[in-house]
Amino acid sequence: MMSSIMRESHIMKIHYLTALIAVALVIVHIMVRVMQGFSDSLLFDNVIANYQFIPYAIVLEAILILISVHGFNGLRVILLEVKQGRVYENAVTYGCLAAMIVLIAYGSRTIIMASMGMV
Amino acid sequence: MAAIFPVSSQEKYEKTKPSAKSITLRISKFNPGKDHAPTFLEFPVSYEKWTTVLDAILEVKNYHDHSIGVRYSCRQAMCGSCGMIINGKPKLACFTKISELNSNVVTVEPMNNFPLIRDLVVGFERMFSTHKRIKPYIVREDSEISSGTKEFLQSPEDVEKYIQFAGCIKCGLCNSACPTMATDSTFIGPQALAQAYRYIADNRDQGKDKRLRIIDERHGIWGCHFAGSCSQVCPKGVDPAMGIQLLRGYLLGYRK
Repeated sequence: MMSSIMRESHIMKIHYLTALIAVALVIVHIMVRVMQGFSDSLLFDNVIANYQFIPYAIVLEAILILISVHGFNGLRVILLEVKQGRVYENAVTYGCLAAMIVLIAYGSRTIIMASMGMV
Repeated sequence: MAAIFPVSSQEKYEKTKPSAKSITLRISKFNPGKDHAPTFLEFPVSYEKWTTVLDAILEVKNYHDHSIGVRYSCRQAMCGSCGMIINGKPKLACFTKISELNSNVVTVEPMNNFPLIRDLVVGFERMFSTHKRIKPYIVREDSEISSGTKEFLQSPEDVEKYIQFAGCIKCGLCNSACPTMATDSTFIGPQALAQAYRYIADNRDQGKDKRLRIIDERHGIWGCHFAGSCSQVCPKGVDPAMGIQLLRGYLLGYRK
């Protein structure tokens, strides 16, 4: 079980820390978007150019990881409160972990491909 | 007597003569073993400014329907037996005056988040077992008998750290008001968490690590959403929500 690998307090420390760092990085992300103008942000060439600017691509990757970790742990906590039971709790815990890994992998693939000019 | 104390007797009569004030007392009746759904029985009850909800229930029980199930003992908010939902809020029936409710209808129901035994009586087994789980006693190797001083001295400041939490009478009102307990059947609950803090904050105790391990689990302290309803309903002025936040400080490392 996940909680036997990590104590709940360690998971919650990660939960709070990811939220704090994500807020800081999302502020940076919004500031970049404001500087460029929102309508221009959605133009294909501008999106690709954003990904090819490596420092910004790193910020986007970090936001992806932080929000995925925070969000899926939050979802796990909510679902564990809705219903209890060993099988259900393990399914929710490992389900959220798997979904988090899939989302980070798929998002990272997109960021890497776009930053390397593969799209 | 009237000739000796004519004035005071008259005053006494004026003070104690029955008032015309009355309310409708609605009592939830439900026996899970027999009934399909709860019903409410209504009784007209006259009251004085000092009449408590428990007095009214007992009057109904004595003179109208003796089958009403209610648990009570001390009648002075010390035993924690008569917790119930009064007009939608968890309160002690012996500590709630009808005159203070400002309502012509007083509805009494069993506490939420507890298994119902009958009518207004609920089972406390789960609360007592979680209370027992957090080791509600001083944990340490030596004892006051073996100590050289024969007692573990505490300064007023040491006592101040936990004394409000020592006021808990285990009435269960905090658990009844807790929104997490309503959905999470295995949540440890504000009563046990407040008591965990009470002993951890006691400088005579050495069981901090053991208790923190007990509450640091999936359905432990992290289930609290800090709604604060536990602190609002406590009849003894205990603030379980604050105790829970202080306990989190130990687990997050900003409190030693």
